[in-house]
Amino acid sequence: MLILFYVCAVLAVLAALSVVAQRTPIYSALSLIVVLCALAVVYLLLDAEFIAVIQVIVYAGAIMVLFVYVIMLLNAGREEPSQRSRMARWLGAPLLAAFLVEILIAVWNQFPAGNSRPAGVLNAGPAAIGHLLFRNYVLPFEATSILILVAIMGAVVLAKREF
Amino acid sequence: MATFSDTGLLLLITLIKIAVVVSVMLTSIAYLTWLERKVVARIQSRWGPCRVGLYGLLQPLADGIKFILKEDIVPVEADAFLYWFAPFVGFILAFLSIAVIPFGESISIHGHTISFQITDLNVGLLFIFAVTSLGVYSIALAGWSSNSKYPLLGGLRSSAQMISYELSLGLAVVGVVMITGTLSLRGIVDSQAGFWHIRGLNTFIPHWNIFVQPLGFLVYFTAAIAETNRVPFDLPEGETELVGGFHTEYSSMKFAMFFMAEYANMITVSCLATILFFGGWHGPTFGPYLLRALLPSFWFCLKLFCFLFFYIWMRGTLPRFRYDQLMAFGWKFLFPAGILNVLATSLVVAWTSSS
Repeated sequence: MLILFYVCAVLAVLAALSVVAQRTPIYSALSLIVVLCALAVVYLLLDAEFIAVIQVIVYAGAIMVLFVYVIMLLNAGREEPSQRSRMARWLGAPLLAAFLVEILIAVWNQFPAGNSRPAGVLNAGPAAIGHLLFRNYVLPFEATSILILVAIMGAVVLAKREF
Repeated sequence: MATFSDTGLLLLITLIKIAVVVSVMLTSIAYLTWLERKVVARIQSRWGPCRVGLYGLLQPLADGIKFILKEDIVPVEADAFLYWFAPFVGFILAFLSIAVIPFGESISIHGHTISFQITDLNVGLLFIFAVTSLGVYSIALAGWSSNSKYPLLGGLRSSAQMISYELSLGLAVVGVVMITGTLSLRGIVDSQAGFWHIRGLNTFIPHWNIFVQPLGFLVYFTAAIAETNRVPFDLPEGETELVGGFHTEYSSMKFAMFFMAEYANMITVSCLATILFFGGWHGPTFGPYLLRALLPSFWFCLKLFCFLFFYIWMRGTLPRFRYDQLMAFGWKFLFPAGILNVLATSLVVAWTSSS
């Protein structure tokens, strides 16, 4: 189990770096899919099968397909690195380092060493999530669905105006 | 804690199961192509394959040898890695979804229970959907990486088509999940045992979901045909307009992998239709112990065969959709029908559970 976790964790980090490093958009998109699938395996190791499968269906199977579809439709080729921003080159690395340290501190405060949860105690079956979603968080859930509906209608209106 | 011998035995049994399932699948795929050519030939008043072996039964073998021996051509302008990767990933994913399909009832030998299923996930149904939703990448990437016009068009078409019909596919099975209350495929089949009782009267109509979810089944099977890119929804290939669609540039074993993935997907969605709507392995069992143990698997295969035959029958009967008709049908008819089914089912479920 631990070996599988390390393999997936390393794979996720490497693929995430590859998302940024790749010059061809389609390889970036594919690297992102690898990240999502590796994270799904990590969820699986936490006994959260439902979350893992939903992650693959929604992110890798639906959203990323749209990304790939658009990249294919535009037939986007290799991108050239731009030389315009000098500030990005000097400020990028320090800001990134500061951000990483911040996250590290946050995680450290949340889970001090020796207080990490053992795998398998997480109750994340479909029934448990359904109860949480439709009992405790029903208002935010409905609000989100209305928000998405409005966004869809907006997209349709914007697309129709072209004709 | 399980002792080592137990774990080892479990591992051994699982490995044997995987080997059996994969070899049965490969053989079925090979003979499904033979069956398809024979049946379509029959529909069109031709002979079909009849030269190699009795009734052309060795034709799949000859085709296999031909595919292996043919030259593997990679277009100069193609993206070499993705061109290799696309058929490979399609093939792997098509075989991955078989892992959670239960083929028959559990049998016990010397106190060990052996189920006719590689693994029983408690979200098995969603697992199959996750794997099939990744399958679109195989076709889309094949179309893109060939770096050629017809394959690109085929790849684009298939991405759009598979996204559209996946929604209907997902909605169609929600009704079944609501009735049975489980996402485990084994659980869904178990809930369909026995007969329907109307007002305490035994009707001898099997307790299958098709009798309460006819609309769900129609939506599911139509969307499933579109998902597997078969006639009348085979727009991604469309040989009369796109030469061969996404696999135009592919040759040799890489082409064969697409072919095998397509047939494996056909078998998977037919298995799922059997499990969700037609009671899986349930059927009359009788006779001595051995027969009793094997009959459920026989019923399962019989139902599966009916679906596969239906697939081929349709290929010989229906013409191809036009592309805009395909999209309009998916979004304006199938999708609302799926939502209607979910709505009606949830109302009935709420009604019966409250009273």
